[in-house]
Amino acid sequence: MWLPQLVVRLALWLLLAPLLPGLINRVKAWVAGRRGPPVGQLYYDLAKLWRKEVVWSTLASPAFIVGPAVAWVAVVGAALLLPLGPAGAEWSFRGDVLLLLYLLALARFATAWAALETGSAFEGMGAAREVSYAVLAEAALITAVVSLSLQTSSVSLTTMLAPTAGAGAVLLAAGLFTVLLAENCRVPFDDPNTHLELTMVHEVMILDHSGPPLAVILHGAAVKLLLFSVLLVQAVVPLDQFSRGVAVAVLAGGVLSVTLGVGLVESFLARLAFRRVPLLLTTAFLLCLFALLVAWKGGVQ
Amino acid sequence: MSGTLNVLIGLAMGLNLVALGSSRLPALIQAMSLQGVLLGVMPLLLEEEGFNWRVAVVAAATVIGKGIVIPNLLRRATRAANIERESDPFLGFVPSLLLGAGGTIAAVALARALPLLPEHAGTLLVPGAIASILTGFILLIGRVKAISQVCGYLILENGIYLFGLLLIHSTPLLVESGILLDVTVGVFVIGIIVDRIQRAFDSLDTRRLTTLRE
Repeated sequence: MWLPQLVVRLALWLLLAPLLPGLINRVKAWVAGRRGPPVGQLYYDLAKLWRKEVVWSTLASPAFIVGPAVAWVAVVGAALLLPLGPAGAEWSFRGDVLLLLYLLALARFATAWAALETGSAFEGMGAAREVSYAVLAEAALITAVVSLSLQTSSVSLTTMLAPTAGAGAVLLAAGLFTVLLAENCRVPFDDPNTHLELTMVHEVMILDHSGPPLAVILHGAAVKLLLFSVLLVQAVVPLDQFSRGVAVAVLAGGVLSVTLGVGLVESFLARLAFRRVPLLLTTAFLLCLFALLVAWKGGVQ
Repeated sequence: MSGTLNVLIGLAMGLNLVALGSSRLPALIQAMSLQGVLLGVMPLLLEEEGFNWRVAVVAAATVIGKGIVIPNLLRRATRAANIERESDPFLGFVPSLLLGAGGTIAAVALARALPLLPEHAGTLLVPGAIASILTGFILLIGRVKAISQVCGYLILENGIYLFGLLLIHSTPLLVESGILLDVTVGVFVIGIIVDRIQRAFDSLDTRRLTTLRE
């Protein structure tokens, strides 16, 4: 019984994820008055990359290939831990939220490791930037998780994300949305379209990857974006108050509006200067911290 | 009623942090004036039994004074002095933001321990007041441009005003209007002084005021 369920869930995550970057590009094109690439562009790109051969650096050890694979598996594993509205999670146990956080950290470590394997200074710079942003973004994410856990006095994702986030929902939404932008290297933190090495973060890490490993990295990034959108929607919207069908529709609508929001942010904001980034991430951390404060005070009264 | 009040005070606390985190002076002035308007509306919410003309006058005067007159004076001073940004402050933006947030959380946590009247215990008035006073201090100490320091002073005054709301029924109208007039005149004078500092030193950096020159 559990095997077909796992297959359906995996297919859902893996096949729907590449839609989000396409939708974001569509929104950006629409705002700019262009036609833009088709929504399914990433599917074509992935198929094309999968057929290409891998170019190996003579310096790189097998970790150059293992890194993206580990990162992809970690992100997909984290996605399976996340409940999908009324459908619940594939695996759920006490403390699974910690595993989710650590799987995301593992994915980042593996990507940075593979970037360092190339021996190029640019990749090293990108890895350093990615990891230093992550320190601040993770602080915000962990605070958000603690505030959710305090609200529901539970450390399991299925029960933590089900009830209403209460008065702190707005704070939590703003904080988690900023974390989403930072973790997925979207515009105020990093420009996914940039090709100027000095300003790149995520893109510079994967500059020397080619063929199937690059496809795996791109797909993993799309799954991570979907994962954060689903997490954001479920942390803010009390899905368990709706019936099953409505809850699924609300979840899908929420993810769509988050995608729309990312697209609009990318259309109207420019990349921040590097020294301004810590300020924005600190703001995200404080938003989550105040959500925690609201959760704590609300619990006492 | 106390729910709406708490939301407004929460917004005012958020504006404190906006003021601490923004490096652009117009944004700082905007945050300060918006906080003034929020504070001006609060006496109307505190009023339980019907409309009180005295409270309404205080509210209207505060909104006009803090929301329109003072910000416009400050904006004129910024334009005259031709400065946009607070560059190299004593205390960086991230540390001051963290300090302010820590202070706000401490204020909320500690206000519970204070011996308050039962009708004030449920509101955020006292924590909001302490947090605003703290923000004002951080801005006064941590910034070097005269206009940021004035904004810090005004946020400090906002905190005192919040505290004064606890006593709205016992303070005479004369005291309220006197404070408001003092603040407005103070800002008016500071606007002139800012202009003079700019002319004498070619900068609004208050650190230069410590060196005498002929």
